[in-house]
Amino acid sequence: MHQFTIAELVTGLRNKDFSSTEVTQHYLDRIARLDNTYNSYITVTADIALQQAAAADKRLAAGNAPALCGVPIAHKDIFCTTGVRTSCASKMLDKFIAPYNATIVENYLNSGTVMLGKTNMDEFAMGSSNETSWYGPVKNPWAIDCVPGGSSGGSAAAVAAHLAPAATASDTGGSIRQPAALCGLTGIKPTYGRVSRWGMIAFASSLDQAGILSRTAEDAAILLNDMASYDAKDSTCVERDVPDYTADLHKSLKGLRIGVPKEYFGEGLNPQTAKLVEDAIKVYESLGATIHSVSLPHTHLAVPAYYVIAPAECSANLSRFDGVRYGHRCENPKDLNDLYMRSRSEGFGAEVKRRILVGAYALSAGYYDAYYSKAQKVRRLIKQDFIDAFASVDVILGPTSPSPAFQFGSKTKDPVAMYLEDIYTIATNLAGLPGLSIPCGLVDSKPVGLQLIGNFFAEGQLLNAAHQFQQATHFHQQSAPGIE
Amino acid sequence: MAVDRSDIAKLAKLARIQITDEAADEAAKSISDVLALVDQLQAVNTDGVLPMAHPLDAVQRLRADVVTETNQRKAFQAIAPATQDGLYLVPQVIE
Repeated sequence: MHQFTIAELVTGLRNKDFSSTEVTQHYLDRIARLDNTYNSYITVTADIALQQAAAADKRLAAGNAPALCGVPIAHKDIFCTTGVRTSCASKMLDKFIAPYNATIVENYLNSGTVMLGKTNMDEFAMGSSNETSWYGPVKNPWAIDCVPGGSSGGSAAAVAAHLAPAATASDTGGSIRQPAALCGLTGIKPTYGRVSRWGMIAFASSLDQAGILSRTAEDAAILLNDMASYDAKDSTCVERDVPDYTADLHKSLKGLRIGVPKEYFGEGLNPQTAKLVEDAIKVYESLGATIHSVSLPHTHLAVPAYYVIAPAECSANLSRFDGVRYGHRCENPKDLNDLYMRSRSEGFGAEVKRRILVGAYALSAGYYDAYYSKAQKVRRLIKQDFIDAFASVDVILGPTSPSPAFQFGSKTKDPVAMYLEDIYTIATNLAGLPGLSIPCGLVDSKPVGLQLIGNFFAEGQLLNAAHQFQQATHFHQQSAPGIE
Repeated sequence: MAVDRSDIAKLAKLARIQITDEAADEAAKSISDVLALVDQLQAVNTDGVLPMAHPLDAVQRLRADVVTETNQRKAFQAIAPATQDGLYLVPQVIE
């Protein structure tokens, strides 16, 4: 039962091949049996899941259930869930019980989905390996001594180990696409503003966007239909109708113009990864797409601009954790300053502190123009690169990540090496564009991701291109060794 | 630009984060590495380029000035570390 895709679960539930309670119990049993190995969940919400499944079964029996009714999914622990611990993988929020649901959680409740639990992640989504979690690292189901990627590493490992059929995730600089690549999954980060950020704990507000980790592009399309919405509670959410993302999945790719940026194939790219991406290009040619060389000349500045803008926004966002209203509070503070200092120092981990300090530096008097303002100007140049490229192509294609999953501890001592893990994904966030990653083969028995970047609000086109690739290849059907 | 221990102490104070003396050197080194990375930005000519704060260059939406949220003090204070009589408790500030 855990081998079904979301699409197959939707059909099976409707045909009464199995009940939501049966599927949900099956997943809960698997989690109880196997997640000691992977650590992909921070909180398993078994009681809630079974209640929601029973309610879904009633709606399904009554015959008026929405499409996703009864389908179990997992939520990244960055999304607030009423009455359930929402930790963001930080000691700061270890005892935080959210008083409200994130809009996307509410959307999925309305569509009748079942919440299996809250998945592990890098602390406050700051990391590319899931090694900064207060609850310990997540293991990659493909190679147990390797990272699953991050920050949505728990969501990725849970789906790859078949401990959830799909999971929600979030992406500030690659946090959906890089774990998708490293765990052999499909992962989509929609256009900035397409999905509400309300109730998603903020890291860098102008970059954060919620999305999906799933086994297939078709599943991502089905799930995005219910995740995306206009939400007045998020002032950056875009007031725009949500199309049916499954509508164009089957469209032929004949005539699709695919741009390949030469800057994405330079130094630092694993040659075997490059080879698989080149093979994928040939698949697209065989499907009728035309391939064009494009240039994104400011690509090398994406990581530097990001590591000014993201820490600056992080230092502002995380100032809310003061030990007064919610979250960790130190014992016996001697005065107000001591309360702030010790609550924050005890509650935050090393990477979060580092980014807060970098952000405080970039925003401090005398450095604001040289760092923050400069980075924002470079951000516009990076966005302009994409606008220029999309004048002559429909989709941009390249690697998601420079190499497959790396071993635990191999980059933790060197933050800059870890930051370069997101070299191909960060520019998309800076520009606000949608991007997705799909599996395109294995290197040393570990998955490699192919990245597709679309124009603003072209999620349907991206999912069409991804789905057609998955009709012509079998990479997305491969499971990690030992995962039956 | 490289930062030293005294810069770290100043930033830590601004950010209300304690950095122990042992951790200060490591923090100075790793933050200097990050700043060396971002210093690549200085080489780019950005004359006449407008800073970009939002990918879609959106403007703040306005709404009618009417009450839309109900008071949820009880629910919000239920998760606070310390409250009394509907107020948040902090150490004494004024003697």
